[in-house]
Amino acid sequence: MLHTVNKSPFERNNLDACLNRAAAGSAILLYEDAVYAAVAGTAVAERVRHAAEQHDVYVLAPDLQARGMKDAALVEGVKPVDYTGFVELVAARGTATAWL
Amino acid sequence: MSEEATVKKFMYLNRKAPHGTIYALEVLEMILVAAMFDQDVHVCFADDGVYELKKGQDAKGALEMKDFVTTYRALDGYDIEKLYAEKESLEERGLTAADLVVPVEVIDRAAMAALIDSMDVVLSA
Amino acid sequence: MKFAILVNEGPFNHQASDSAYQFCKAALDMGHEVVRVFFYYDGVHNANRLSEPQSDDRNVVRRWSELGVRHGLDLSVCVAAGLRRGIKDDVLAPGFRITGLGQLIEAGIEADRLVTFGD
Repeated sequence: MLHTVNKSPFERNNLDACLNRAAAGSAILLYEDAVYAAVAGTAVAERVRHAAEQHDVYVLAPDLQARGMKDAALVEGVKPVDYTGFVELVAARGTATAWL
Repeated sequence: MSEEATVKKFMYLNRKAPHGTIYALEVLEMILVAAMFDQDVHVCFADDGVYELKKGQDAKGALEMKDFVTTYRALDGYDIEKLYAEKESLEERGLTAADLVVPVEVIDRAAMAALIDSMDVVLSA
Repeated sequence: MKFAILVNEGPFNHQASDSAYQFCKAALDMGHEVVRVFFYYDGVHNANRLSEPQSDDRNVVRRWSELGVRHGLDLSVCVAAGLRRGIKDDVLAPGFRITGLGQLIEAGIEADRLVTFGD
């Protein structure tokens, strides 16, 4: 399964809602405002690092670039993908669940 | 090749409270249509979604808004019988199954996670 | 692979429609099939041909129309969600059509994956 999260963890609880219920080994994509969760050095970085030990965590690079975070250090274990990678993840990982 | 129709596991995952936004109402409209398709339908309530089922709602009397919540009680008549609410979400909000307008199966977060993981299609709001 | 796309938000308040568009474009470029793009909730506003964004901004409605026409996409607008928001046949941009919620369920059955973009 691929879980998608698109809200900033500083404003909404979508990331926690996802992490609380994503089965181990599933993939999680952070995109739109959720890309802020992928950046190292924030208050949620440790939680995301821990998540990346149990899940395959990805971040959508175009959304980072749009927000001035293109060259930002990412939380350890989080892998950037572009839209082609997003499509590949949906194709490869089965059902897509959006945590809106 | 089998001529049997495809039956997929569909989940309608409600995570939003009922009246502050329109999502709960329009998800319910989706569920009523889904009932006509002979798919394996699961309706789940987690996070603020459990508030959709709270007894005693009176959006019409209080605000002239639509009392769509009563429709949940009709789901049984549409052969939609797999309703689940997450135990932790209820507890966090000081609710129990007795506070809800319809009988639901209360499952814990781990069981909810496993149920989600077993679905073919998840429609969430 | 067959994809179905669900767009839950209008063209401007949220990024959802932009994300859905970029996803569709990438999937089509990669040779995948997009069996239906379904517009629900405020997503029905993506079909409004009366939308006139400022000239230095993307035109979200026209962009969906052009992608739809170019690739023969089924851009389906939910009738129930559309009616309550004033989106009917006479304001539809080229390439969009009014359909029922059944078309969303059907897309979920027929496609290999249904991908939701919303708020």
